[in-house]
Parts: sequence; structure tokens; C-alpha cells
Amino acid sequence: MSQKISIVCVSGTREKLQMAAMIASVAAATGDAVSVFFSMNALTYFIKGHTAGAPTEGEFGKLLAQKGVPPFKQLFKQAAELGDAKLLPCSMALDLLKITKNELDPEFGPATGLTRFLSQSEGGQLLTF
Amino acid sequence: MSESKIIDACNTFCPGPLMELITYMKQANVGDTLELLSTDDGSAADVPEWAHKAGHEIVSNEKIGEIWHIKVRKTK
Repeated sequence: MSQKISIVCVSGTREKLQMAAMIASVAAATGDAVSVFFSMNALTYFIKGHTAGAPTEGEFGKLLAQKGVPPFKQLFKQAAELGDAKLLPCSMALDLLKITKNELDPEFGPATGLTRFLSQSEGGQLLTF
Repeated sequence: MSESKIIDACNTFCPGPLMELITYMKQANVGDTLELLSTDDGSAADVPEWAHKAGHEIVSNEKIGEIWHIKVRKTK
């Protein structure tokens, strides 16, 4: 049975972004309807041309830098391309950063407010990172 | 004619092998068999779980040396 999974990414640390990306990619590729809402420190990694890595929270985060671990940006991209996951930028975060949706990576969907995101998430699971 | 293809995802970590398999599965034709090679032990359980949910057939799933060989046939 496919299900609806909504993910909120707030933290800009490597471990949290990695876990969110792993869940998004696996769930989307398995046929679940996945929406990921990016706000606060999580959004800036997806501004076009942003290449700096995410800081680690703890020791485990350093292990994620080794070869063979799929980078979180690649996993979110696969979630969108292979599983039609929606990657949604928070409209408030775009306003504060003084950027538009067009300055984000092309996989991103429209600027989305909380009211719309919450109503889209109704009846499904909501995970926050 | 159905084809067989080997996807070598050795030395990548979860969910790398599964995502590679799914990438190739999307491009494959119904009836094709894909053999995933993975050194990630989690793949041995996760790939059949995915195949079951996606409706594909697990042809075989065995560990030879350090490498899992998981054959999946695209059924739809």
C-alpha cells in the first residue's frame, strides 16, 4: 500500500539532511507520495551554485563524507526524478533570504506557505528533521 | 527479447544500491532481469522488500564471497 509522507527539513546539519534525504528517496522510489518542505537552515543548500558541504552534528557525520555514501543533494534529486517527490521551498524562508524559487535547483517546486503544506499533508505521516 | 544486465553497486552505502537498481529498472523493459551486486548487507533485505511493494519478481538472492548478487525481473 502506498502512503503519503510529508517531511519538514529545518536543520542544516549533515546528519539530519542525510536522514531526511534517505527517507524521501526510498519512500518516493517505492511509490509513496512524498512532499519535502524546506525551510530555515536546510534551504540554503539548494540555492543554485551552492557547493559548500553541511556541517556535522557529531562524530557520525564525519563518516558520511566518505566515498560510497550518496550525498543528500543527490538523494533528494533522485526522490524527485525517480519517485516524483515534491521538493517545496518555504515561502517565508525565500522572503527572508530575498530570493525567488528560480534561484533554487531545478527540481524544486513552487514557493509554498505553511497553510498549503499542512493541508496537503493532512491524513499522512509528517516527519521533521 | 528480454535482456540481462549487471549493476555493480559495490562499496556504496544504503540507499545507494537500491537507488541504482531503481534507476536502471525504470529504463528496463518488462521481462528484463537486472542483477544487483552489493556489499551492503542491508540490500539483501531491502531490495526484496522494494521488489515486493513495486510488484517485481526476485529471481535469486545470494551472497557469494563478500558480495550480494540479487536478481530482479521486471514484471510490469
